[in-house]
Amino acid sequence: MTILATAPNPGFDAPGVEDFQLPPIFGDVTKPVLQLVLAAIIVYAFFAITSRRAQLVPGKAQFLGESLHGLVRNSIARDNIGPDFLKYVPYLTTLFAFILVNNLFGIIPFIQFPTFSHPGVPLRARRAHLADLQLRGIRKHGFMGYVRVSTWPPGVPWWVRIVLTPIEFLSNILLRPVTLSLRLFGNMFAGHLLLLVFILGGEYMLLHSEAIFLQIASPFAFALGIVFTFFEAFIQVVQAYVFTILTASYIGTVLAEEH
Amino acid sequence: MTTTLLAAEELNPLLPHTSEIIVGLISFLLLFLVLRRTAFPMFERVYAERTEKIEGGLKRAEEAQQEASDLKQRYEEQLAGLRAEAARIRDDARAEGAQIKAELRAQAEEEATRIRARGEEQLAAAREQAVRQLRAEVGGLSVQLAERIIGDSLADEARRSATVDAFLSELDGLAERREPTAAGGAS
Repeated sequence: MTILATAPNPGFDAPGVEDFQLPPIFGDVTKPVLQLVLAAIIVYAFFAITSRRAQLVPGKAQFLGESLHGLVRNSIARDNIGPDFLKYVPYLTTLFAFILVNNLFGIIPFIQFPTFSHPGVPLRARRAHLADLQLRGIRKHGFMGYVRVSTWPPGVPWWVRIVLTPIEFLSNILLRPVTLSLRLFGNMFAGHLLLLVFILGGEYMLLHSEAIFLQIASPFAFALGIVFTFFEAFIQVVQAYVFTILTASYIGTVLAEEH
Repeated sequence: MTTTLLAAEELNPLLPHTSEIIVGLISFLLLFLVLRRTAFPMFERVYAERTEKIEGGLKRAEEAQQEASDLKQRYEEQLAGLRAEAARIRDDARAEGAQIKAELRAQAEEEATRIRARGEEQLAAAREQAVRQLRAEVGGLSVQLAERIIGDSLADEARRSATVDAFLSELDGLAERREPTAAGGAS
């Protein structure tokens, strides 16, 4: 017990950011890169298999694919985008499936690394999409029009605008590309770190600690690790859903006539 | 000594820590078991329900279609029967009409023949009567004439009768002789 608190080096070396900086496998290719490719292949294969030989009375595979597509189409896209939602359903479905698979990598045995727990990964992907989205908004409303729609909500007294407009500008045009990906990254990072703490801590208590009490207590650490794995599974699905639903909501905002 | 080992341990670029793999496997297995007990049977039920619904609907539609086509066929058959019946009735009527017409014509012709025959008979009878009457009158007239010319009464009945007969046959012969002459004269 005291070892943990006092001795910096010979005690338990708690996992931290360095656990996410994996060395490259070859060249510049790291584990997250491989996982991205793998996820793309999995998503493609899933929809290729489930949409093959589509019939009126669906088989089990088709039922599965349709359920996922229907979820994104009806409860994410339609409710958030409005009348033009059909155009964005393919993108949103792909986004949802891709993020979901990448998140679930965090609890798949032997992989056990959520791709988006590395902050650069979601940010890079997100930025490409938001550049596109803002271009769409500019094309629809004109440059000044888009800025106005984003920063000039109607029906607000002028003295509120002094504060509100800079905030809207900041949040809608400068920060929006970052916030979504930061949320995803934060969730994945924290979840994975939590698992590492419980499991590596448990391992240390069981194998490397000389205190008998810690050895006895170690199963609790492992048990909590298992509990948090369950929790992580839930978080990973929810975060994929949240990411997709917020994306849809942003699309809806950009396309809306009035803010 | 072991702690320094742990700290110095290089991160594997691909595989997580061994303990992580073990706990991860156990968790994954547990998750799988839990989901198999809870979520997947529900999906299966929904799947079965939906399939049943769609297939049931399709089947019902098919049945309705079949029923409708059966009904249509039956009606068409009925209609064809009715049409044939109507044609038959028309043919019958036409044939009957023709028969009635033929019968009427035959009857009329028979009647006409009968009437003509009777007329001829009547004509012949009238002629005969006329001839007889004429004969009697001509006889009486001739006698009167002869009495006036000769001036004496031929009281003897037998002789008078013979004389008249002879006169008449003479007249007949005269008439017979004159007829062809008149015909020849006309031509």
